[in-house]
Amino acid sequence: MTAPLHTGAEGFLHRFDGLRTRLPGARLGWVQQLREQAAESFRAQGFPTRRAEAWHYTDLRQVADAGFDEPLSILGAAKTLPAPHGAWRAVFQDGRFRDDLSSLDAAPFVAASLAAGLGTLEDRLGALARPAAEPMAALNTMLFEDGLVVTVPAGVAGGVLDLLSLGSATDRPAAFHPRHLIRLEAGASLTIIETATGPAQARYLHNPVYEIEVGEGATLTHVRLQQESPRAFQLGTLYARVAAGGTYDNFTLNAGGKLVRNEIHASLDGPKATCHMNGAQLLRDGQHADTTTVLDHAAPDCASRQTYKTVLSGRSRGVFQGRIHVHQVAQRTDGYQMNQALLLSPEAEIDSKPQLEIYADDVKCSHGATVGEIDADQLFYLRARGIPEPKARSMLVEAFLAEAVEVVQDGAARAALEAAVNGWWEAAA
Amino acid sequence: MLKIEGLTAEVDGKPILNGIDLEVPAGGIHAIMGPNGSGKSTLSYVLAGREGYEITGGSVTFDGIDLLALEPEERAASGLFLAFQYPVELPGVGNALFLRTALNAIRRHRGEPELDAMQFLKVARQRMQALSMPEDMLRRGVNVGFSGGEKKRNEVLQMALLQPRLAILDETDSGLDIDALKIVAEGVNALRAPDFSALVITHYQRLLDYIVPDRVHVLMGGRIVQSGGPELAQQLEASGYASVQAAA
Ligand SMILES: Nc1ncnc2c1ncn2[C@@H]1O[C@H](COP(=O)(O)OP(=O)(O)OP(=O)(O)O)[C@@H](O)[C@H]1O
Ligand SMILES: [Mg+2]
Repeated sequence: MTAPLHTGAEGFLHRFDGLRTRLPGARLGWVQQLREQAAESFRAQGFPTRRAEAWHYTDLRQVADAGFDEPLSILGAAKTLPAPHGAWRAVFQDGRFRDDLSSLDAAPFVAASLAAGLGTLEDRLGALARPAAEPMAALNTMLFEDGLVVTVPAGVAGGVLDLLSLGSATDRPAAFHPRHLIRLEAGASLTIIETATGPAQARYLHNPVYEIEVGEGATLTHVRLQQESPRAFQLGTLYARVAAGGTYDNFTLNAGGKLVRNEIHASLDGPKATCHMNGAQLLRDGQHADTTTVLDHAAPDCASRQTYKTVLSGRSRGVFQGRIHVHQVAQRTDGYQMNQALLLSPEAEIDSKPQLEIYADDVKCSHGATVGEIDADQLFYLRARGIPEPKARSMLVEAFLAEAVEVVQDGAARAALEAAVNGWWEAAA
Repeated sequence: MLKIEGLTAEVDGKPILNGIDLEVPAGGIHAIMGPNGSGKSTLSYVLAGREGYEITGGSVTFDGIDLLALEPEERAASGLFLAFQYPVELPGVGNALFLRTALNAIRRHRGEPELDAMQFLKVARQRMQALSMPEDMLRRGVNVGFSGGEKKRNEVLQMALLQPRLAILDETDSGLDIDALKIVAEGVNALRAPDFSALVITHYQRLLDYIVPDRVHVLMGGRIVQSGGPELAQQLEASGYASVQAAA
């Protein structure tokens, strides 16, 4: 027996029926096939419900019931954009590339709109994403219109690229599903600083999918600053594959949005590959943020580090699910996962589910989770030195976050992150 | 400067302070001695404003102001300083940032301009040198991984920076080697002034050789059972608290 689909899922399927001949790649057989298959999966599964193990702690009903339209096709005037962190910038508004606001010329890498170059992407689009397993990736595949395609040639140091996603305030909420493809060839390096934001009143669904390939000995630093409008939803699914000796270094800040999910599937595919997945979730009243990581150690001598910190105030809710799968071949794996929550209010709640599956015998894998409150003795010590209580609290929260923030080595990335954390505080105070 | 009258306090319904009367005039250095568990730290915490104590009676005024009505940070800003018996570790809070934030909070309250990082560093270096503290203690987390003696020196450094008008030293001498003891005493003596007072809690007469008190009080069972001049400390060192009990 199949349960009736949420109206929201039906709305998206309807939209696909109406748009299938007009979406980018409609005349490319392989794109069409990807979309049809994804639609098939999404039709079968609909929005995930809490009965699905991967979605046990995150209820998508408020997203499914919201009733979304497509983004407006008339682009608004250029907005005042946040200051860039690097020399190159790709700007998306409601999931569509804004050539006029982007500056990618003269970059030592190739970066362009996905819609404009679909014809050449058959080997990349869909190489990592698994729409059959992840319903939000299915929804993305069915309806993506655009995205960023980045290729850093072998041996090239790409510098810092800003990826900016702007959501718009519209009468009816819009949904957009950008698809970003990032590839670093052997020995290349790049730092991506991504900011997702929207005006305070804007209500929208941002449903990005990333397919990231880090080549042999390449290094990608990827900082994601999720600062969506407080009424918006972001459900991101990120797939990363790291080749021998390569490093994928992800840091995700979840500070905005009403309901957000940061889902990462990373696979260490060649010997001596490294993956860092770190993050901070800073949550206020009524927010729900979910970080779900799945890490595959699929080759020997790889290392992974995960440190996630969640600060919860008001009636906010945080989720951390982290699965580490060490395959039989992955001897001498060095894995570490730590997730810690600081509850600033008795009404806040954190759910945490670490999961280790180890099939190799020579591995070093540890994980831990803690939930705590601000320490009364520490708070008193600071106040006894004349530091006012709100400042004393913020110092202790920053100290709690420090361990996660300090792992970001890249100077530009670290500065961007610290500014975002400070911004959260100033808004909270 | 500090006037405590009939102060009684409880923790979890258990009476700990049972009627304390004590007056420390401006410029006065008073010592408090007393057996373990007699309520010395409780008194210092109550004066500094720590939560968890129920004041069941009495009053405390600081320069005529009702001290007990103030928040801990307000007490600090008005010039009260407690050197903790057990300084608290703050992992992730750099010592330099901590000291500068505290100093600037106090300076703001006094209407003095705040110090920027460079100005602060200059002042802090000076004070640290006087206390023979290595500079790398500024870079470490507050008290994190500090030895017992280093933590106590860090307390004295805070006192030297914040320049309180009333310092309560809760066993700041415990765990210090002889050289450190002298340095700490010098730190206190350097603050001596007509409008600086101190309440020195200690188990050992030795500290009082260096910080010579005007008065010595013996706290037992949550009340002051005997007071006298510096010679009282010597007497206690020789014959212990049994003699006091007999006299009280
Ligand atoms: N939070 C608490 N709960 C229960 N009892 C407490 C609490 N705090 C203090 N006490 C009790 O109050 C009494 C006084 O403690 P306090 O720490 O003030 O003693 P002290 O004179 O400083 O001793 P010491 O010389 O060992 O430092 C002790 O019996 C102690 O066990
Ligand atoms: Mg004590």
